[in-house]
Amino acid sequence: MPLLKDGQAIDDPWAALPETAPVQDGTTEPALDVDLIVTLDQWRAKREALLQRNGRLGLRLRSDQSPAEIASDLAHFDLIALEFPKFTDGRAYSYARLLRERHGFSGELRAVGNVLRDQLFFMLRCGFDSFEVASHESIAAWHAAISEVTVLYQPAGSGPATGGVLGGPLGRARAVAAE
Amino acid sequence: MYRYDEFDSAFVKQRVTQFRGQVARRLAGELSEDEFKPLRLMNGLYLQLHAYMLRVAIPYGTLSSRQMRKLAHIARTYDRGYGHFTTRQNIQYNWPKLEDVPEILEELAEVEMHAIQTSGNCIRNVTADHFAGASADEIEDPRIYAEIIRQWSSLHPEFSFLPRKFKIAITGAPNDRAAVRLHDIGLQLCRNDAGAVGFEVIVGGGQGRTPIIGTTIRKFLPKAHLLSYLEAILRVYNQLGRRDNLYKARIKILLQQTGAEAFARQVEEEWVHLKDGALTLPAEEIERIEAYFAPPAFEGLPPSDPAFDVRRFEDRDFARWVRSNVAAHKQSGYAIVSISLKPEGEAPGDASAAQMEAVADLAEAYSFDEVLVSHEQNLVLPHVKLSDLPKVWDKLVAFGLATPNIGLVSDIIACPGLDYCNLANARSIPVAQRISQRFRDLNRQHEIGDLKIKISGCINACGHHHVGHIGILGVDKKGEEFYQITLGGSADENAAIGKIVGPAFSYDDVVDAVDSIVDTYLGLRQDNEKFNDTYARVGITPFKEKLYAAA
Ligand code: HEM
Ligand code: SF4
Repeated sequence: MPLLKDGQAIDDPWAALPETAPVQDGTTEPALDVDLIVTLDQWRAKREALLQRNGRLGLRLRSDQSPAEIASDLAHFDLIALEFPKFTDGRAYSYARLLRERHGFSGELRAVGNVLRDQLFFMLRCGFDSFEVASHESIAAWHAAISEVTVLYQPAGSGPATGGVLGGPLGRARAVAAE
Repeated sequence: MYRYDEFDSAFVKQRVTQFRGQVARRLAGELSEDEFKPLRLMNGLYLQLHAYMLRVAIPYGTLSSRQMRKLAHIARTYDRGYGHFTTRQNIQYNWPKLEDVPEILEELAEVEMHAIQTSGNCIRNVTADHFAGASADEIEDPRIYAEIIRQWSSLHPEFSFLPRKFKIAITGAPNDRAAVRLHDIGLQLCRNDAGAVGFEVIVGGGQGRTPIIGTTIRKFLPKAHLLSYLEAILRVYNQLGRRDNLYKARIKILLQQTGAEAFARQVEEEWVHLKDGALTLPAEEIERIEAYFAPPAFEGLPPSDPAFDVRRFEDRDFARWVRSNVAAHKQSGYAIVSISLKPEGEAPGDASAAQMEAVADLAEAYSFDEVLVSHEQNLVLPHVKLSDLPKVWDKLVAFGLATPNIGLVSDIIACPGLDYCNLANARSIPVAQRISQRFRDLNRQHEIGDLKIKISGCINACGHHHVGHIGILGVDKKGEEFYQITLGGSADENAAIGKIVGPAFSYDDVVDAVDSIVDTYLGLRQDNEKFNDTYARVGITPFKEKLYAAA
């Protein structure tokens, strides 16, 4: 699956911890220095062992798992992957904004699952910065998707509104003041 | 009236270009119908029984004559010469071709219109009182805030994939003409004890298969916090609203399952974080938008006009029309004119291109270039001088637009029903047509007085049957069309859900049943009692007895 980050298709440097892999078992365990994405269940079950690793840790959350549930653990993660089981399930948009704007999460925020070209614009604005995309559309098409609309009425994770009652010089000044 | 600034125009134009690309990808087969569906829905394009249907937003129901002429032009050029005004202050075109749609959107953009967010699980076109800016009972013009909400909700990055569609209505008057208690969020402008103007916030109303009257979760919300509070409500709903069952996905079900108090608490907890942040409305910006809706340059006129009085005295048809279709204006010497789109035997809400143009001409000449669209599927000329009423009437008569039946028994709301809709159990429009034919005697209609009949072809309630004084619901009995009747519903400030009167009636019998109910009412009403007051006083039994006596 291609991974989009900073406008490029890149090889994913992260590995997922297999569902069944026991962290202590030297045979199936990923090397200690591999960057590893774990599920919430894995994190809860193997927290201490995971913290002993040398690689970075990422957390993958289902759309019914709110980041608020583990707000106090967020400092352990360099990446959070939020699932879109169907593109119509929009819960992760709120989670992303909460992670960025309320919990101060500054690591990589990855959209995974049913991530479609025409959702990218919304995702970026909510604070996602990497995208696991199923489609093999050209990178150019993805670029187009995020530059088609540049007029933003609302402040959101990615920045202030650019016009309307909340934008303009006034809105921008206030958005800065509020940060 | 609100005029787009460069920013708004750029926004709509970019969206048209974007959709043009999406249509091209669909036509080229790069997008499947499944993948195209959410994209076309975000641009108001539905697939119906026979063809695509394009739903165009009329923000807060307000049109200039230029915009109305454009709607007429589109009806003539890309459709079959007419459009359909809906209960949500939209206009629908029933026969556009997919490849024409980008062109239509382009034409709409020229007059600052679009079809964005008229469908899909997003925040829909915000609706407002259709007497906004004109009625005497108004605290402030609700369109100021509807416009502010329009901006905030346009392509909202967080709320474009909600559990279900989301409808917001707003009224500036205590007499609620916008059905604010029957929307996902209803906003009622009000004053607090200190005299400041703000909003009562009502959440979780709705119709459909589970009709519910909304609950007030905040009695007074200062204006500056409007958007942060809405964002808090939407954020709670987006995270907690049900996504496992289409029929339980509206916010009304969340409110019921959480409990109104607990829900209100969740909203307040979220709001603590958002309040006073980047969503706070600066007073200068509210004033800037307010200026767009400033009252037009009314002349100082006496409260009566001799020419008007003479015509009323001499011409009984004119006088009758004035009685039902003309309402009091806040400005002395002016009146509010409602234009009925419910002539006898026609489909409620339909208007031909020529009729739209006639209304545009009238608005330009006599109503400060303004037309409003009501959720009862009629049009309104909000600011007409009393002395101009005879001229306005003459022209309306010439275009078949002077039916004197606003608020009366033939001013029926009906959904598309089996004639257009693939979910329907039964026809709606022909029932409306037959009722209007049965009550064709206009004097009798006037004698009956205010009476709201609303018809839906299935339980989705697009025709608002739950809140009709007389509600009619199409049901399917062993493959045959039947109609269940409810009594006592209301969509105004006394919002109520109607009660089922008894076994359903066949297509042939339903008009007789309505007639019988009206007869019972006329026999029992005291003085000028309204239908729902009589019903409240005598209960359902007398209606029932008469209805089912023969059986
Ligand atoms: C012909 C195709 C149509 C279809 C398939 C359709 C479908 C539906 C469905 C499924 C619902 C229930 C939504 C829910 O409760 O979550 C609904 C509700 C509603 N529809 Fe339609 N509809 C159609 C046409 C219309 C038209 C033409 C209008 C306006 C005149 C309209 C106005 C409404 C309204 C006001 C509701 C009220 C329920 C609410 O939002 O609480 N619909 N429609
Ligand atoms: S009420 Fe039912 S029949 Fe009527 S338009 Fe809505 S979905 Fe169709």
